[in-house]
Amino acid sequence: MTTKPIDLDSAFLSLREVNAALQAATSGAFRVLNPGGEHALACGLDAAIEVTIDGHAGYYCGGMNKHASITVSGNAGTGCAENIMSGAVRVRGDVSQSLAATGHGGLVVVEGSASARAGISMKGVDIVVGGDVGHMSAFMAQAGHLVVLGDAGTDLGDSIYEAEIFVRGAVASLGADCEEKPLDEEHKAVLDLLLQRAGFNVDPAAFRRYGSARRLYHFSVDHMGEY
Amino acid sequence: MCGIVGLFLKNEALQPELGRLTGLMLHEMVGRGPDSAGFAIYETPVTATKISCLSLTGSTDWLALARQLTQAIEAPVDVHEIEDHAILHTTGDGALARNRIIEVAPDVTVLSVGHAIELYKGIGDPDAIATRFGLAQRAGRHAIAHTRMATESAVVIAGSHPFSTGADTCLVHNGSLSNHNRLRQSLRRRGETFQTENDSEVAAGYLAWRMREGDSLEAAIERALHDLDGFYTLAIGTRDGFAVVRDAIACKPAIIAETEDWVAMSSEFRAIARLPGVANADIWEPKPATVYAWSHAA
Repeated sequence: MTTKPIDLDSAFLSLREVNAALQAATSGAFRVLNPGGEHALACGLDAAIEVTIDGHAGYYCGGMNKHASITVSGNAGTGCAENIMSGAVRVRGDVSQSLAATGHGGLVVVEGSASARAGISMKGVDIVVGGDVGHMSAFMAQAGHLVVLGDAGTDLGDSIYEAEIFVRGAVASLGADCEEKPLDEEHKAVLDLLLQRAGFNVDPAAFRRYGSARRLYHFSVDHMGEY
Repeated sequence: MCGIVGLFLKNEALQPELGRLTGLMLHEMVGRGPDSAGFAIYETPVTATKISCLSLTGSTDWLALARQLTQAIEAPVDVHEIEDHAILHTTGDGALARNRIIEVAPDVTVLSVGHAIELYKGIGDPDAIATRFGLAQRAGRHAIAHTRMATESAVVIAGSHPFSTGADTCLVHNGSLSNHNRLRQSLRRRGETFQTENDSEVAAGYLAWRMREGDSLEAAIERALHDLDGFYTLAIGTRDGFAVVRDAIACKPAIIAETEDWVAMSSEFRAIARLPGVANADIWEPKPATVYAWSHAA
């Protein structure tokens, strides 16, 4: 089915009017024109609609998303797809720091690179980054997957819980209690599916897997008496 | 919070537009800093030294001050008064003049000294400040500007950016420094004079000291990365150049865009969004602890 998207032009509509129209929709496809780096674009959506942001977005684009499928044709600022619950957010350019912070579910794809703290405190979201991620990515990550086709900055996966990280390029350094783990067939299968969903045709075998070493203070049975 | 912007023109044909474009950028950063604002405009260097001064009382007798200075530095001093500011022009020693003003005129803050820089600042709505000083009509080669949201000190003009302590050097800062008191003491011993208790002024003084000691702008910033403790994104203007640096943690936002015609930096993309040709710009986020610099000099 091809339906022509409905255009919402930020040159004529206020940010609130754009967001109100998107939040009221229950179906269909929408295009936001002239986004001009405005903050909080397409936030709090709760229906299976398609939204294309035709340009660069500011902070918190697609925040708290449920069900909707959002594509940013340019770059996005800090906190893109923050606390995403379900649905998908795709950014064709680069994103700033704290990508998909605290995200509970859904799929977040960045075709360019993400800067610092990508996937910080992620709680189940799947994140696939075509380029690099900055320092402290997957900090305190609790659940979900972070896939990086390029390189990762310093202190990757610091204080990580049960989230899994896959990196194809170089890792500048691992954070506290993050370690490399074997990439078995079951992990390759999970990774392969994530790469397919994200639209990247690359070999899962080229990645390394990282996760929690479970050696931080609160993981040690010796400290049980303290609680 | 706070918003910072910088615009460096590579294409000379855009020079008449510098003030207007800087004003557009500044306007977008009002939300990040509605309390105060300031800007530095760098024109093509002139032979005379320009001294940008601010009257804290609004009733400074500039002509009397100019007469005093003329005697002290043994060179004529012209006064161009704009609102509560005055730009003094002299062929005499600018550094000597600066020290003399600080000594004899407690109601005056010396904002900048140099052959290219003019610096203006105020408290209140940033757009109104830009209008008051005719920013949109100003031509030049590069500019930096700041909008302030006061978090750790009162809304006073002493806290407004940019800060300049050395010839043609100034900076705008988003963040906070934690070792500024000790650094200020050590810089005072090395001959720097400070006019406020503001942390950002110490960063400006530090760079001025390093460059006086012979460091290039890049070398001075590299050393600052080691000696400045705290959170910062800095945009720095010099006579011929413009630089951007973030601390190693890089919590404070920054974005840079470059075309054939200009380089722009800002706290947020939306300040860059209205520049001509932005659709074809290279846009990136500066990496932590990495110096980015541009110069008009060949």
